[in-house]
Amino acid sequence: MPRRIIYIIGLLTLVGAFILSWSMRFSWSMEGFYITFGAFLTLCILSFLYKDNPFYKFAEHLFVGVSAAYWMCMGFWTTMIPNLIGRLHPPVVRPFLPSVADQPSNLWFLIPLALGIILLLRLSSKIGWISRWALAFIVGTTAGLNFVRYLRSDFIGQIYNTILPLTVYQADGGFLIQDSISAVIVFFGVFCGIVYFFFSKEHKGAFGTASRVGIYVLMVTFGAGFGYTVMARISLLVGRMQFLFGDWLGVIPS
Amino acid sequence: MMSFFDTIKNIDRRIIFLFIALSVIIPLLFDVVFPEKLSPIVGKIFTKIESLPEGSRVLISMDYDPSSAPEQQPMVDAIIYHCCMLNLRLYIMALWAPGQNIATETIKRIIVGYFPEKVYGEDYVHLGYKAGNEGLINVIITDMKKMYTTDANGTLIDDIPAMRDVRNLKNMDLIMAFGGGKPGLKEWILFAGDPGNIPIAGGVTAVSAPLLYPYYPNQLLGMMGGIKGAAEYEAEMSRHYAGFAQLKHPGLEMMGPQAVAHVVIMLFIIIGNITYFIDRKRQRKEPAGSGK
Repeated sequence: MPRRIIYIIGLLTLVGAFILSWSMRFSWSMEGFYITFGAFLTLCILSFLYKDNPFYKFAEHLFVGVSAAYWMCMGFWTTMIPNLIGRLHPPVVRPFLPSVADQPSNLWFLIPLALGIILLLRLSSKIGWISRWALAFIVGTTAGLNFVRYLRSDFIGQIYNTILPLTVYQADGGFLIQDSISAVIVFFGVFCGIVYFFFSKEHKGAFGTASRVGIYVLMVTFGAGFGYTVMARISLLVGRMQFLFGDWLGVIPS
Repeated sequence: MMSFFDTIKNIDRRIIFLFIALSVIIPLLFDVVFPEKLSPIVGKIFTKIESLPEGSRVLISMDYDPSSAPEQQPMVDAIIYHCCMLNLRLYIMALWAPGQNIATETIKRIIVGYFPEKVYGEDYVHLGYKAGNEGLINVIITDMKKMYTTDANGTLIDDIPAMRDVRNLKNMDLIMAFGGGKPGLKEWILFAGDPGNIPIAGGVTAVSAPLLYPYYPNQLLGMMGGIKGAAEYEAEMSRHYAGFAQLKHPGLEMMGPQAVAHVVIMLFIIIGNITYFIDRKRQRKEPAGSGK
């Protein structure tokens, strides 16, 4: 039997099963339709675990399309309308945002409007090069802002967080052994990790030992990262299973 | 005939998927829940919120979408419930577009559902989503009204009582960001916490948690890492608030299947390593070029 016919039969069977589920469990309610359709899409995505198939492709493409449209619409209605059009010519937004309509206009916002239009010129093959001006503005400001913030928080801030007193005492002078051990591990862990990435000197003797400790520190870090990643993925799986067995099938009380 | 070790070595990945699925589904059906102990990094958030005087301003940024909601939502629910119990003033916003509707749903479920006496505009404000990522934080650290002319419902920001004495982020007593991507908690530390000297805490997806540990405790007050952090917070809330103990605890409920699935994964890792070493030993024994 040709593969296409198998897929069509599979699709019709699935649609039939989901319509049955919608009618029997949710009595044709709209919320029931959303839950049933959500369950269908979840199963479509999970079917990839068996192998790639058209159901998975359909759900994937739908997700990408809907996500892109959703972000665009939200950006337009929550930022473009109140923050740009509502400031340039407030009466225009009266049907959507009556509260803003009587505010004074601010013509400074013509500059971002112009930059936005220039950015869209990228769609033209003839004058697309002009879009680089707006892009240069975005890249320049982002790089400038990020440089200062990252230098302060990720470089200087991290040095402060690492170079701590190796012996920690309470306010009344009592020695805090747990915090002290933690400070020692952080300091020597960072030190050995940096030594591992220092390639101007051969990793031999004490330097080589520190470098080897550095590898172990990195391994522990990667292990912790892997463990957390597993936890994240399992959480998402549990979330989907709660949806399928709780919201959809009603086996788990929700 | 294939030996047991050959079968294990060549096991189909779909069988592993099946085991993982069963390890998640069975504990869910039998409602397996384990007790949780509060870790210091989560405990500091609880202590900080407890220490805030009534009416303190707490900004909650919901920077996530439905794909990471199973991890994030239990944290947000517990935090909002906690803040409402202590009569803190909530300012809810989102750096991610889907965050706005998630925030609307959360407000409806937690604040309107359990605290109907709270007045919108006085006890809590929904500022909604604005585009701009970290650029947005960079603006509102000096002036909120430059970006927020209205709230999420279209009400003029000057007409909202809770916003009258708020000029910028520095007026917040605590900022809590929830999310696992970019922009997220890290951007809040870099663009608001450090430059504005504002206490920052929050919750992140487990994937992002190891990347944020280096900021704790000097730049980051506390953090809930993945569903484990949410479960710890829920357990602590249940110990302190009888009303909360009566509610559903999605974080704690998710930790049961989580623990069982981890045991299964660890078993597979151990089995995989054993077969690897046995296989290597076999290959060493076989003469080179025997072709077997």
